[in-house]
Formats: sequence, C-alpha cells, structure tokens
Amino acid sequence: MAIDIGQFVQTFFEESLEGLDIMETGLLALPPGAAADLDQVNTIFRAVHSIKGGSGTFGFKEVTSFTHVMETLLDKMREGQMAVTSEAINTLLQSVDCLRDMLMAVRNNTEFDAPRVEELRKQLAQMLDQKVSAPSAAHWRTPAAQPPPVSADGWLISFRPHLDLMHSGNDPVRIFRELAALGDLTVRPDFSRLPRLAEMQPEDCYLAWDLELRGSATRETVAEVFAWVEDDSDLSIEPLLEDLTALGSVEPEVANDNAQQGELLLDRRAGDRRKTDRRAVGGGADSSSIRVGIDKVDAVINLVGELVTTQSMLSALGVDFDMSRIDKLHEALDQLDRNTRDLQEHVMRIRMLPISSVFSRFPRMVHDISEKLGKQVELQLSGEQTEIDKTVIEKIGDPLVHLVRNSLDHGIEPPDQRGEKPATGIITLNAYHKSGSIFIEVGDDGRGLNREALLRKGLDAGLLRPGEDYTDDQIHELIFHPGLSTAKEISDVSGRGVGMDVVRRNIQDVGGSIQIASQPGRGSKITICLPLTLAILDGQLVSVGHDCYIIPLLSIVESVQIHAEMVNRVAGKGEVLRFRGQHLPILRLYEQFCADGAVTNLEKGLLVVVEADGRQVGLFVDDLQGQQQISIKSLEKNFRRVAGVAGATILGDGRVGLILDISGLIRVNNAAT
Amino acid sequence: MATKSTDLATLSAHLKREVTATAEGLQYLTFILAGESYGIDILKVQEIRGWVPVTKVPNAPFFVRGVMNLRGAIVPVIDLRLRFGLESVEYTKTTVVIVVTVRSEHNDRIIGMVVDGVSDVLNINNPADIKDPPDFGTAVHTEFISGLVTIEAGMVMLLDVDRLLSIEEMFAMESVRPAEAMHAAA
Amino acid sequence: MATILIVDDSASMRQMVEFTLKEAGHQVMVAEDGVMALNLAKGAASDLVITDINMPNMDGITLIRELRALPAYKFTPILTLTTESTTDKKMEGKEAGATGWIVKPFNPEKLLATVSKVLG
Repeated sequence: MAIDIGQFVQTFFEESLEGLDIMETGLLALPPGAAADLDQVNTIFRAVHSIKGGSGTFGFKEVTSFTHVMETLLDKMREGQMAVTSEAINTLLQSVDCLRDMLMAVRNNTEFDAPRVEELRKQLAQMLDQKVSAPSAAHWRTPAAQPPPVSADGWLISFRPHLDLMHSGNDPVRIFRELAALGDLTVRPDFSRLPRLAEMQPEDCYLAWDLELRGSATRETVAEVFAWVEDDSDLSIEPLLEDLTALGSVEPEVANDNAQQGELLLDRRAGDRRKTDRRAVGGGADSSSIRVGIDKVDAVINLVGELVTTQSMLSALGVDFDMSRIDKLHEALDQLDRNTRDLQEHVMRIRMLPISSVFSRFPRMVHDISEKLGKQVELQLSGEQTEIDKTVIEKIGDPLVHLVRNSLDHGIEPPDQRGEKPATGIITLNAYHKSGSIFIEVGDDGRGLNREALLRKGLDAGLLRPGEDYTDDQIHELIFHPGLSTAKEISDVSGRGVGMDVVRRNIQDVGGSIQIASQPGRGSKITICLPLTLAILDGQLVSVGHDCYIIPLLSIVESVQIHAEMVNRVAGKGEVLRFRGQHLPILRLYEQFCADGAVTNLEKGLLVVVEADGRQVGLFVDDLQGQQQISIKSLEKNFRRVAGVAGATILGDGRVGLILDISGLIRVNNAAT
Repeated sequence: MATKSTDLATLSAHLKREVTATAEGLQYLTFILAGESYGIDILKVQEIRGWVPVTKVPNAPFFVRGVMNLRGAIVPVIDLRLRFGLESVEYTKTTVVIVVTVRSEHNDRIIGMVVDGVSDVLNINNPADIKDPPDFGTAVHTEFISGLVTIEAGMVMLLDVDRLLSIEEMFAMESVRPAEAMHAAA
Repeated sequence: MATILIVDDSASMRQMVEFTLKEAGHQVMVAEDGVMALNLAKGAASDLVITDINMPNMDGITLIRELRALPAYKFTPILTLTTESTTDKKMEGKEAGATGWIVKPFNPEKLLATVSKVLG
C-alpha cells in the first residue's frame, strides 16, 4: 500500500515549532551553574528528541543531524555528565533559533544558513567530547557498505525459548508463520522439557523446536525473524547443506555475522530515509491550522453523537408517520434544532485559543533584549489562559511586542538609575475578561512618561496650545500621535518615531482601544481593550418578565433575597439595600429594560449583587435560571451598540438572549443618582 | 396583480429561481401593508420567514420589535407599520418577516422587516414603467419611495430599503417613545 | 482487522501511524502519553500496542510494566518505537516486557510489515 506521509509534514512542522518554544522556555528557566533540574532538562531533551525523530521520518537529514548533536549534549546534561553553564544555555538558545530557521527554510523550500548551522554544530561539538560528536555525524551521513549476502540451501534452526517467552507478548507460532513465508518450513517440536501435568504453568513455554527452512533466505533475514526473542531463548542458526551429514561445518563468512547484521539494519534505514526524502518534498503546504484541546473536540464529538441519535429518531418517525405522532415529530425537530445550534456553537469555540500562545514569546524576548541593554528585568505573566478568538490572537502579537520593547527600552531604567526601587525592573503582562471585552495590560515599574518632554513636543508640533492647562491623560495621549517619540536616542530596540500610532491603529483595526496610565518614577501601564465577539464567557441566566438576560458569572458577587425592612429610599439616590453594613444601590432591571410581566415586589424576586470597576450594585430580577457557557455574538454587526448590553447570544431554545454590560449598568446607575 | 395568499415555501423557492433566472429586467417582491402594495428590489431580499416572537432590545426606537436569531446571527426586526407611523395590528398567520440586506456607508447589515403579508414577484421589463413618486398623497414619507408602478390591480410603491432601514437614520429620527411603545408592541 | 493502541507524544508520528494503520483496515486507539494510554487500556483490550519510549507524564518503559500488570494485556504484543538504534533502549523495553521494537525513522510500509508480522 502506498501511503503518502507528506500529509503529516505540516503537523511535524507545527509540533516542532511548539517543541522549540518548549525548549526555549525550558532553557530560559534553567539556572546556570546550579545542579541541573532533571525534570527540566528532560523536558528540553524530549522536545529535541521528538524533532530529531520526526525529521528522520520525514527525511530532513540536516535537521536530524543538527538535532542529534543538541540531543547528545542535553543527554549529557541529563545524565549529569555536563554542567549547565550559561555558555551552554546560550549556545543551545542560539541553536533553537537556528533550528527554527532551518525548519522554516525546509518548510518553505528555501535555503537555510548552512555556515551558521555548521558553526553552531561545531560549537556544540566542542562542548561535547569529540569522541561523541564526530562519529555521530558520520553515522547519519554514510550508509555502511553493502556486505555480501550470506546464503545457503536453507537453515537449520534450533529454537529453545526460555520459560517466560510468552510474557513479552511473543508467540512462537507467529515466528514460525513468518519463517514459513521465507521458504519451505518443517517444524519438529521437542517435548523434553515438558513437566508433569500437575506442575505445568499454563503461561510458560516448555516446548522447544528444531526448524528446517529450505529456500534462498539469507541468514540475516532469518536472524531478523528472531531478533525480538534472541535474548529470551537459546538460538542457533546453522546452514542447511544438501548433505545433511555435513551438518556442523560452518561456512566461513557466517562466522562474523553479528556485526554484519547490525550494518545491514543501518543500511536499510538509510534506504528508507532516501525513500521518504522524496515523499516529504512538496508537503510543506502553507495552510494555517490550530491545535485544539481534546475537551473541545470531545464536546463536538458528543454533540455529533446526539445529532445522530436525533437523526435516527426522525428516520424512525418517518417510516410510518401519521398525524397521531405529530407531537413526537415536533419534539424531535426541536431536538434537532437544539443539536444543530449547540454544534455550531461548539465548533465556534474551537477557534478560541488561550492568549498564552502570544505571551509565550515574551520570556525569550525580554531575556535577550534586557541582556543587550544591560538591564535587569523580570517578566511576570498572568491570565495566560484567557481565551481569545484566533483572528484576534493573530493581530495582537505585533502590537504587544512593540509595547513590551518600549517598556524594556524606555520604561525600565538601567540598574544604577533605579534609585530606591529594586535593581531588577518588573514588566507585567496580564489578560482578563471584563464587561464583554478582553483586557490586556502591559505594565512596567520604570521611569514613567516624561510629561515635560511630551508637553514640549506637543507644543512644538502644534498639537497643544501654549498657556493652556492639560490633564495628564491629555498629555499621555500624545504618545499615540504619529511622529512623536520621546526617546532621547534611537536604538535598534524601539523608538524610531513610528510606533505607538501604529500600535493604536492595529488595535483599532480589530475593534479595540488602547489607553495609557503613567506616573513619573513609578512606571507606566498600557491597557488594551479588545472586543470579545466570538469569545466565550460563563453566564448566569436570569429571568425578568418574559425575557431572559445573561449576567457574566465573573461579575456576580452573590444573590440575596430581600426583606422590605432592609430597603431604604434615599433622596437622590434611589433605592438602597442595607446589606452587610453597606448601602447597596438597587437597580430594577425591568425598569431599565422596560420588561413586561416582571416581578415588581422586591420581596418576591431576587437581588443579584454584581461588581465592576470596584463598585457594587444589586440587580433586581425575577429569578435565576441556569448557568451556561455563552458564546458572545455581536449586536452591532446588524444593529448597533445598546446601552447596558454587552452583546447577545443564542439561548437553548433558539431565542436571542442579551448579555448585560455590568460596568455600563453601574455607570448608568451612578449617572442617574 | 391581486393579493394571493401565496405560501412561504413556494414563494421562497420562486424567489431563488427567479433571481438566478433573469438577468435582464427588474424584479420586485411585493407585499401588503395596511392595504397598500409595496415592492422591494428582489436582490435585497435574503429570505422570507413566518413571524416568531423576538427578543426585545432596551432603549431602541419603538418600531424595532427586537432581535431574532437568524442561523446564529443576531438580526434586528423592524415593524414596518410602526416605521411608517401606521397603526399597529395584531400579528396573524400571514404576518411575515422579510429579511433584507441593507447597505450603508460602512457595511452591509441584515435586517428583518415585519409586513402584513407577501404578495408576489413583480417583473418590470421596461424601466420606463417606473414613475417618479409624487410629492404628497402617500401614507409613507416620500423620501423612502424610489418609484411607482401601476399595474392592473392598482399601484405599487417601490421602496428604497437602504434608506428606509438605515440604522443611522432610524436612530437619528428617533422619535422614541420607548416605554409606551415597547409595552404596546408586546 | 485488529485493534491497535498507539502511544506517542509527537502528533505527526501519531497521525502517520494512525493513518497508516487505519488505511490497512485496523481500528486504532491513540494516546499522547503513558498515563492516557494506561487509561485507555484499562477501558478496552487491544491486539497490539505501539508505544514511544520517551514521553512526558509516563514514559514508555513504565507504561509497558503497567500494561503487563493488567490481565487483559498480559500477553498482548507491545512494540516500542525508538529513535535510539542502540541496543540499550531496545533492551530496556524488552526487560520491561515489550515484545519487540520498531526503529525510527520508519516508513508506512515497514510499519505495516512489522505489524502484520506481529498480528499474523
């Protein structure tokens, strides 16, 4: 059967690039000098090992040979035979980059930087014993010379398995069957080891065999049949001569067969590789793909299962349908409707990826750039598991890189200029969901924006008018203006005057916004707000009259039942609930949303206490419904933004449910009171 | 052309066939609103659906009945009687939602409009048959009428859907009577 | 047709082996590491196990030992996939109870030949 393995090359590239990220993260976390953390080194080792294995299978020889040296070095570290020096880590990091370039080049069918590869290979080899590295390269490059075939009229095989042969899953019958395929086989069992029935262990192998194989099979072929059991048995393979009496005389070329067998195997592998070589070419399709958590796939599979059940239910109904079963039909159709919708929703969910895929590139970047700038920087990541739609993920990477570079270059001071602050600066990257949006914060504890410099530039550029008072926010806003950069000198890390305006445009392109807060000497924080269209959140369904609304679970503090005596009407502040020593404003959702048939008696409904932007408010609803994951859909696409509503979703019954914008509602409430 | 109680499926099928079949000539889907015949460019029509209850949207103009789920998209539904300032009526079995594509400066929106019932597809082979709208005498604000066609059964007013259902315009004119209207409509 | 359990932390390997075996008409169970494989094995018997050695969470050697302790897998053929052509990895697998090995890199033809040899 011809199977084209080229179709798996794409997966190989993806997992290899992922493996490189794992290696990079692992290497960056390795403390140089200290005794190597075995687990950590093992993880790195495994990543390079997998790339080597895959590249061998897909025939990327240069990658195989390069990874082999890396693997050997890591193996030595793992075994404790080599110290984890910062030199070794840096060389390995460079090798990771080099390997990444090699893989890209192979994928795109372009040339890679061979001298660089060779140079790094040499450096790696130097770190190793020459003994280890040199032959290994040869091992992959020069197939062994073809040894002369060894043959006879046939073979006499004495096969005496050890008692536990079957425990390894081997089976003499299988071996015989394989031998039978090689020629004319005669099997003579030897019962001499059979114990008395009472002593017999059914799982042990007591029999031995003398086999006679006639045909042109070489000794190596025969030996290979026994390769898996040679340690579990006493085996001899003797040439079968026509004159059976001559048995015992061994032909000279057979004597040395072990070594030859090894070489033969090696050579066969080389042959296999040559074959796969050709297959792999042209397999580097450029289609993008995503890796999806198994739970999401399982959810889809479950839904398909339900769909199939519904379908068979409908088919059964259709066989002999009459009007008496119309209710059943309706039921089944409703179910079909639900299945389809659920399926659609879950398939959408597959597009959601944790933002960690973007964040993961920063540890390395911060390490490299801070080293280059002579700064000490610690990167703190949080909220990596926040899920964002794939399209947004793709767009957000570059702006974030720019912001982090800015922080490194302009924000964090060199260690000697940090005054009372710790010499090591901190850059934070944080992601979270709020008010139907995704927020990503890039913060640093560096010098902050230079208000005076910005003001001067703003005046020079005619963006500000002299003599007027400007708030900090208005002045900070200037950094987003095209052509304004306050960097004193241009460095190759950031700051050429293009920058923040491009960042802002990129963010705006995906429907987001960007803000900066800064304090002189304390640092800056840039907050990016991205729309959550397509994103998922956990929602609490609440009923208000005939309608159903969704409150993001994250903003719910608790739900309380109200007693009339707990409620005060405060002049100018509306209704408040005396609750745990504080006065909680009550917002009647049915009033806000003009809902019909809602519960109006506070004691008959429920108060859902929600919090946003550090403020709490009680939302008065009829009752709580279920909780479910909500996929947020845009109201704006076909309609427009609605105050107090963050978006919409499709509810279980197919109707549209509105998702409440808690911070918007709280703002409205504050404005009203 | 008399109003027929054409069933939706037939009409929808007809819609598709007609649209793909004829490249020449203009085609309009005609519908009835308060006894008058209106037509909209058939190329604007996505589909015709029976009325199902929608989800109300707070703080929207009174003629916006709410939003519906159109295969996973959130689509606003506008009551054309209310949009035209006509008296609202109980929805019946013939009440339908015509789903149309509305083009605006920025994007295309999908919007549903509730009408009393759909009639048929009107073929206009000669563009000269379309007369300019009169300045007065119609129930509808003339700015939404792109032309008039006289047929045997009377007159059909051709609507400019892009104007009529422009979200920007609807919110701009916002003679919103929010609370009362929402209550009345429900 | 046989049921075969594939264990490998490399997705491309898994895909290739899975695809090849399915094309040959086998039923395939796939696991990314030893732990997942062991869970699968506890739920269902298979006619053959093909496992990588070097994997996170639970490596192939441990997996083989654990599998052999399951009654349903006492005699099930287990093949190790290994890039090391050195004998110690093969032997480590054998000692743990593996039936044999397949040396990486390999191509689909070789895989199928080995599998049919084991399954008979």
